Amino acid sequence: MDFAQHFRRNWINLVILSLALGWVWVSRAPQGTTTAGLIPAPQTGFLAPAFSLSTLAGGQIHSDDLRGKVVLLNIWATWCPPCRAEMPAMQQVYQEYQAQGFEILAVNATAQDTLSNLEPFVTEYGLSFPILLDPQGSVTRLYQARSLPTSFFIGRDGIIREIVVGGPIDEALLRARVEKLLQEAE
Amino acid sequence: MFPILQLGPLALPVPALAVLLSLWLGLSLAEKLAPKRGLSADALYNLTFTTLLSGIAGARLFFAVQNFSAFVQTPLSLFSRETGSLDPFGGFAAALLAAFIYGRRAGLKFWATLDGLTPLLAVLAVGLGLAHLASGAAFGMETSLPWGIELWGATRHPTQLYEIGLALAILLFLGWKAKNNSLSDGSLFWLFVALTAGAQLFVEGLRATSTVLPGGVRVEQLLAWFALAGALIKADFFTKSQPETEKDHAATRQ
Repeated sequence: MDFAQHFRRNWINLVILSLALGWVWVSRAPQGTTTAGLIPAPQTGFLAPAFSLSTLAGGQIHSDDLRGKVVLLNIWATWCPPCRAEMPAMQQVYQEYQAQGFEILAVNATAQDTLSNLEPFVTEYGLSFPILLDPQGSVTRLYQARSLPTSFFIGRDGIIREIVVGGPIDEALLRARVEKLLQEAE
Repeated sequence: MFPILQLGPLALPVPALAVLLSLWLGLSLAEKLAPKRGLSADALYNLTFTTLLSGIAGARLFFAVQNFSAFVQTPLSLFSRETGSLDPFGGFAAALLAAFIYGRRAGLKFWATLDGLTPLLAVLAVGLGLAHLASGAAFGMETSLPWGIELWGATRHPTQLYEIGLALAILLFLGWKAKNNSLSDGSLFWLFVALTAGAQLFVEGLRATSTVLPGGVRVEQLLAWFALAGALIKADFFTKSQPETEKDHAATRQ
């Protein structure tokens, strides 16, 4: 089959592919349109929304102060069985990687919990990471946590890399994600 | 956006439910249509589940190999129900291998089987769009168009709705085509690939989640373009004098 015959047989294909290539070119992503990282939203690829909460120990934590660290933001309650089940793994991984720049912010959904249960809970599980209190449910709403627990893996740049809804979160997944995020350059 | 369905103490992830439901519906449809194409419904069912289970096992194994140090300390995590610890490329490779081996052993005709699985794939494409809509993933770029939706802090193209609409249109068109036209083996599958690649190529151009090359070209669109080109070349949809079935091929050869 010569070129002319081949062209006659396939001209519609060529037109379709040319139009498709034209759309690829026309719809090129302008600078910044696909990098959602500058907008705060509780979604993978976006900047983690900033907040400030009191801790059970009496201090105050501003989430933005942790920029440069790998952060696991975990929203939980004492009455929630999967939340309880994942605490030992979180404590273990926290102990192993804290020195390398890993931080856990365990935001207690205090609006849905009993404040007096927290101290015994922390003692029982031997938790050394900060427990943040959310008595108004503001952070729970800000992060649109519709189920407990919900965990957000946040990179050193403050961008949410992964969201795990429900639990208990698997220890190997926790370790793998933290190791990967710690390896990323700031 | 409706990521979680809370039923009492149970928090069900709606995106996963949408995919599972579409898998069930698609498989039921494929099984129903299989005899019309001379295929065994049981063979299609077994092929699908062998492929799925092998894909999941392969995805977990590949993830574990890549994160060996994490799994050495908790080897039981190999059996965790965590979807985050699955490697999609490993899963895809394992699923393809399993499908190939099962197909050879069961004596399945390659192109006819792909045609038989096309209804399943077409319904799954709708389910994937619904999953995106439920989770708010695969979201669009900002727009000032009147049908833009408020999502993640901006008015955006409802790319999930475009995706669902196109997938539904493709499903209906394939159904019409299969009913009203006699197609050669493999044609239905390639038609699905071509239409889905075209739809993906269009919708991806409006998404804000693309992987972008220098110059702004989107990787997903290039992949879709190659898939479209492959399908058009392979199926030759627009050439009229096509033999229609394998029997016709044989007759043509004689």
